[in-house]
Amino acid sequence: MNHLQLVLSGLFVGSFYALVALGYSMVYGIIKLLNFAHGDLYMVGAFAGFTVLSVGAGALGGGFVALIVIMIVAMIATGGFGMLLERVAYRPLRSAPRLSVLITAVGASFALEYGIAVAFGPTPEVYPVGVQDGTLHIANAQVTYAQLAMTAIAVVLMAALDTLVRTTRSGRAMRAISQDPKACLLMGVNVDRVISRTFFIGSALAGAAGVMAGAYYGKIDFLMGFVIGLKAFTAAVIGGIGNLRGAVLGAIVLGLLESFGVPTSAASGVTSSRSASSFSS
Amino acid sequence: MRTVLDIKGLEVTYGKVEALRGVDLSVGDREIVALLGNNGAGKSTTVSAISGVVRSRAGTIAAYGEDITAATPWSIVERGIVHVPEGRRIFSRLTVHENLQIGGYTVREGTSVDKRITQVYELFPRLAERRHQQGGTLSGGEQQMLAIGRAMVAGPRLIMLDEPSMGLAPLVVAQVMDAIASINESGTAVLLIEQNARAALKVAHRGYVIDSGRVTLTGPAAELRTDPQVVEAYLGA
Repeated sequence: MNHLQLVLSGLFVGSFYALVALGYSMVYGIIKLLNFAHGDLYMVGAFAGFTVLSVGAGALGGGFVALIVIMIVAMIATGGFGMLLERVAYRPLRSAPRLSVLITAVGASFALEYGIAVAFGPTPEVYPVGVQDGTLHIANAQVTYAQLAMTAIAVVLMAALDTLVRTTRSGRAMRAISQDPKACLLMGVNVDRVISRTFFIGSALAGAAGVMAGAYYGKIDFLMGFVIGLKAFTAAVIGGIGNLRGAVLGAIVLGLLESFGVPTSAASGVTSSRSASSFSS
Repeated sequence: MRTVLDIKGLEVTYGKVEALRGVDLSVGDREIVALLGNNGAGKSTTVSAISGVVRSRAGTIAAYGEDITAATPWSIVERGIVHVPEGRRIFSRLTVHENLQIGGYTVREGTSVDKRITQVYELFPRLAERRHQQGGTLSGGEQQMLAIGRAMVAGPRLIMLDEPSMGLAPLVVAQVMDAIASINESGTAVLLIEQNARAALKVAHRGYVIDSGRVTLTGPAAELRTDPQVVEAYLGA
């Protein structure tokens, strides 16, 4: 393995983690809740995309256009799911002690995981979209066009989110609520609606990552969100939780660490999984 | 005179503590009304109940004859009743300009928000100089001006100020009171909550004195200034 290859795969994986980490960080920023069910929303996104694919496979055909259509549908569905989760599980506990909400988040995580297991069965599903086409060679490294396209989509989504949060009326309200929700009420901000919107956006990003994971790894299962949830949380903490640009940076650092950690630890005789290297380093 | 705000028999409890035990209060059109009292008398609770962030147990609150006792805080702001909270509570990591823009959150047309922000900058030139600075970098007096300016961008018909003089130097208190008077001259009714009775009674037309959750005294500001009870309890000899 050469170093350029490690950097490229690190960036690819990192852009992926970043989409999930952003939602983690947004939700924490606005209501100071560690949403442990966030990784499972990523899994729900993958299954939402899977459902669209299975139902409309013939009409959509294969390739990138299909992937983008599926992604949009999955983002809307996952966003809706996130809003629902906030409405039924977190809003009633808005003024409850933090620990109660945290336990509720763990419960929500189980509910999503085993709800999907009941609906789709516990065995992994094969993702019926194949984007393992051409490969691009850069020096002595290679990336597939599918990887490039997904990274590009992730970058576009992150840039859009950054603009939204920095310049729009809604984004301004989100930043204001993260500082002082009560003062926002007095300024006439419908705090409930803005929080709902935040959950929608954060979950939709996780949903997009879920579809990308399905298309890339080719296989999804109901527990796929668990580890990525932990990694996204790690990335968000590295970047300073609540700080969106920090979350992206943290995710890329984590992606690179993993990418470099696997061959390094293997060479030194340590049998290490990809994840172990990210959590021990 | 039309009444902007009419409160009857307002009672609020926090758990077993009775914060308000039947408050009657009204604010007329274009009037400055002072609400005076010591710490814990129920002044802040009264305004919080009006702005909908604290729920009342009994009594009614009406704005322009319409009942708003159970209305949401944002719909109360939409009706033109804006509360400038105690301790200012500006958004310290948003710029001065962004703070003012949040004040116009309920206003649908962007042009009237921009127009009102320009008016705020005319009223408080210091804010215009610091428009790109973060709110937290302002001095106490500037933060109070920002808090008042932010509320003005909502286009209030009644502005409720909770302890605007708190922690400010006497000279700055005078500036803030001048600003309140000029806001009132441009047609906005003011409910002014103060411990600093002397400063408040200078600008107010009428006043209420509240003690242990009840209105104990009310009358024109000129009368309250000379009332022996008020002099003794709040103005000093």
